Amino acid sequence: MIALASLTVLSPFIAAVVGMLLGLRLSRLLETRGVPGHRVLRNGPAVIAVVASALATLFALIVAVTLWLDPGPREGTLTLIPTGTLPIAVGLQVDGLAAVVGLMVCCVALAVQVYSIAYLAEDPRYSSYAAFVSLFTSAMLLVVFAGDLLLLYVGWEVMGVCSYFLIGHHWEDRANSRAAVKAFLVTRTGDVGFLFGIFVLGVGAGTFQIDEVLRRVGDLPDTTVLAATLLLLAGVAGKSAQFPLHTWLPDAMAGPTPISALIHAATMVAAGIYVVARLYPAFLAAPTALAVLGVMAAISMLGAALAALAQSDLKRVLAYSTISQLAYMAAGLAVGTRSGAVFHLLTHGAFKALLFLAAGCVIYVTGSNLLRDYGGLREAMPITFWSMTIGFAALVGLPPVSGFFSKDAIIEAALHAESGIPGPVATIVYLTLLVTVAVTAAYATRAWLMTFFGTARTAFTPREAPRLMSWPVGILAVPTAILGFFGLGASELRPHLGSAALSLLLAGAGGYGAYAVWRRDPALDPARVLGPVRTTFERGFHVDDVYDRVVVAPVRALARAVVGVDDRVIDRAVESSAGVTRAFGGLLRRPQNGNPQTYLTGLLAGMAVIVLAVVIFV
Amino acid sequence: MHILYPLVVAALLFSIGVYGVLARRNAILVLMSVELMLNSVNLNLVTFDVWLRDRLHGGQVLTLFTIVIAAAEIGLGLAIVLLVFRNRESIDVDRLRALAESDAEPPADSVVERQGPAGQGDQVAVSSRRAPQ
Repeated sequence: MIALASLTVLSPFIAAVVGMLLGLRLSRLLETRGVPGHRVLRNGPAVIAVVASALATLFALIVAVTLWLDPGPREGTLTLIPTGTLPIAVGLQVDGLAAVVGLMVCCVALAVQVYSIAYLAEDPRYSSYAAFVSLFTSAMLLVVFAGDLLLLYVGWEVMGVCSYFLIGHHWEDRANSRAAVKAFLVTRTGDVGFLFGIFVLGVGAGTFQIDEVLRRVGDLPDTTVLAATLLLLAGVAGKSAQFPLHTWLPDAMAGPTPISALIHAATMVAAGIYVVARLYPAFLAAPTALAVLGVMAAISMLGAALAALAQSDLKRVLAYSTISQLAYMAAGLAVGTRSGAVFHLLTHGAFKALLFLAAGCVIYVTGSNLLRDYGGLREAMPITFWSMTIGFAALVGLPPVSGFFSKDAIIEAALHAESGIPGPVATIVYLTLLVTVAVTAAYATRAWLMTFFGTARTAFTPREAPRLMSWPVGILAVPTAILGFFGLGASELRPHLGSAALSLLLAGAGGYGAYAVWRRDPALDPARVLGPVRTTFERGFHVDDVYDRVVVAPVRALARAVVGVDDRVIDRAVESSAGVTRAFGGLLRRPQNGNPQTYLTGLLAGMAVIVLAVVIFV
Repeated sequence: MHILYPLVVAALLFSIGVYGVLARRNAILVLMSVELMLNSVNLNLVTFDVWLRDRLHGGQVLTLFTIVIAAAEIGLGLAIVLLVFRNRESIDVDRLRALAESDAEPPADSVVERQGPAGQGDQVAVSSRRAPQ
C-alpha cells in the first residue's frame, strides 16, 4: 500500500526530471522515425508527462479501491532523518481522505496534461512547462500522502515554487512575471506562519508524525494548540487564497489556462483546506482558531462572489469564484463538517477544473479573455457549451449535479454548528453562506449568458476547440455531474429538504435577476446595473490599493532608503578612504622629486641627527 | 707635527666634498667632490698610520687600494656622465629627474605594444625586415 502510494508520488517526479532532460530529444526521435499520428502527438515532453500522469492515476485508483475494500489508515516510514532533537520521518500515510484527494489530483492532472498538448502546441518551452506540471503533481501528492508535518511542508513549498514558475510561463510579458512574483511573495508571507505553526505543534507534541501529533493534541496546553492552529491558518489563508491573503489568485490568471485549472482552481489552492481537514482534531481543540477561520471564510466568500459579479475577464470571474468556493470549504470546516468540506473540495476540484478548461476552449476559439468579446457560442461549441453548463450548474448548486449535494451538506451543518465556535460567528457564517448562494447564481448566470447566448460581439470564427481540448472537458463533465451521488452513502452528506429548498430559492432569485437584466439588452453587460459600486467590485474592494499604500509603498520607501544609505554612506566611505589615502601618499611623495642631491641631503641630515642623539643621550 | 693639523685639513676637505656633492649642479664637479671626500679619508688613513706607528703600515696599504678603486670609479662615473650627456645633451644633475614620482599614467601605447602575440609578431616582422639593410 505504502509502496503504491510512493509510486504515485514518484512517477510524476521522475517524469519531471526525465521530461526536462530528454523531452526534446524524444520529440526529435519521434519526428525522424516518422511515427504515425497527428503532429501535436509527436511531442516528446508531452508524451512523457501524459504517460507518467496516467501511471500515477492508475496507482492512485488502486490505492483508493484497496482502501475502499479494506478501510483503515495505513502508514509506513521509508527512512528516519535524525536531527539531534526531533527526528524527521520520511513516511507516507494513506487513509480515506488522502486516497480520494490523491485520486482527484491525479485525474485533474491527467486531464490538464492532455489538454495542454493542444492548448500550448506552439509553445517553445513545452518541456519545461510539462516538467513543472509533473513536478507540481508530485508535490501535491506528497502533501496529500505525507505522514510527517515537515515532509508535508516540503511538498507545500515545492507546489508554491511550481506555481510561481507556471504563472510566469510567458514571462516575456512583464505583467505575467509581476503576477508570478506577487503570488510568490503573498503565499510566502503566509508560509512563514505555516512553518512556525508546524514547529509549535511538532515541538509541543514531541514528534512531527501527523497521526502521533493528533493523538497527543488532547494533552497539550490550550495556548500551544491555539498558537499553532492560528499560525497554520496564516499558511492556509495564503495557499487557499482567503482574505486577507487572497490578492494573488486573480492576478495568477496571467498563467496559461490549464495551469489556472490545475493549480489555481482544483488542487493547490485546495491544499490549505486539505491541511485543515488533515489536522482537524487539532483545530477542534482550539475553537477560537475555528472562529477565526469562519470569519475569514465569511468575508472571503461574500466579497469574492461580489467581486466576481463585476469582473470583465472570464478567467478572473472564475478566480474570484474559486476564492468564494474555497471559503465555502473553510466555512464547512469552521462549523464542524469535515466530510462536507472535503466533499465540496472534491466536487469543486472537478467542476472548477472543468470550468477553467472550458474557458480555455472559449479563449482558444475567440482569442480573447474578455466577456464582452464573446456571445453566441452555443451553436458552434456544443461540447464546451454543455460541459460548461453542467459546471456552472454545479457551481451554483443546482440539483442533481455534484455541487448541490456538497453545498447543501455545508449549509445544513452551518445551521447546527457543532464545532464549538461562538454562536454569533456560526450565525454570520450561515447567513453569509445563504447570501453567497444568490450572488454565485447571479455571476454564474451572467458569465454563462454573456459567453454562449446572444450574438457574437467581435469577429472570430465560431468552431469547436480541437478534440484534445474538448474531450478532457467532456470527460470532466461526467464526474461533475454524478460525483454528488457518492455522498448519498454517508448520512451527514445527504441533502436536507429545508436548507436545499432555501438555497434553491435564493439561487433561483439570483440567477433570475441576472437573466432579467441581461434580457433587456443581450448586447450589454448585466453588471451595468451595479452602477457606482461596479468599480469597487471589479477592483476587488480596492484591497490591492490598500496593500499598495500600507505594505508596498513603505517597503519601497525602506528599500530606497537602504539603497541611499548604501550609495551615500557605505560607498562614499569606501571611495573617500581611497581619496584620503591618495592625499597622504601625495604628501609622502613630495620629497621623492627625482633629484639625488635632495635625497643625499636628507640622508646626511638624518645621520647628523642620529649621531647627535647618540652623542647626547648615550 | 701635531696630529691636529692633518685631521683638520682632512675634515675641511671632506666638508668641501660634501658641499660639492650636495650643492653642485654639474655632474663632473659632483664626481670631483666625491674624489675630494675619498682623498680626505686617505689623508686620515695615512695620518693615523703614522701616529700609531703601525709596523705593517696597514693604513698606507689601504690608501693605495683606495686610490686604485677611486681611479676605477672615476672611470665608470665619467663614462656614465658621457652617456647621459649624449642622451640628454645636459649633465645638469638638477634636471635629471626621470626617477621622480609623477601623477601621469605611463604612456599606454608602449604597454600595448609589448602585450599579446600580435604585437610581438609585428616586432619580429619589423626586425626581420630591417635585418638585410
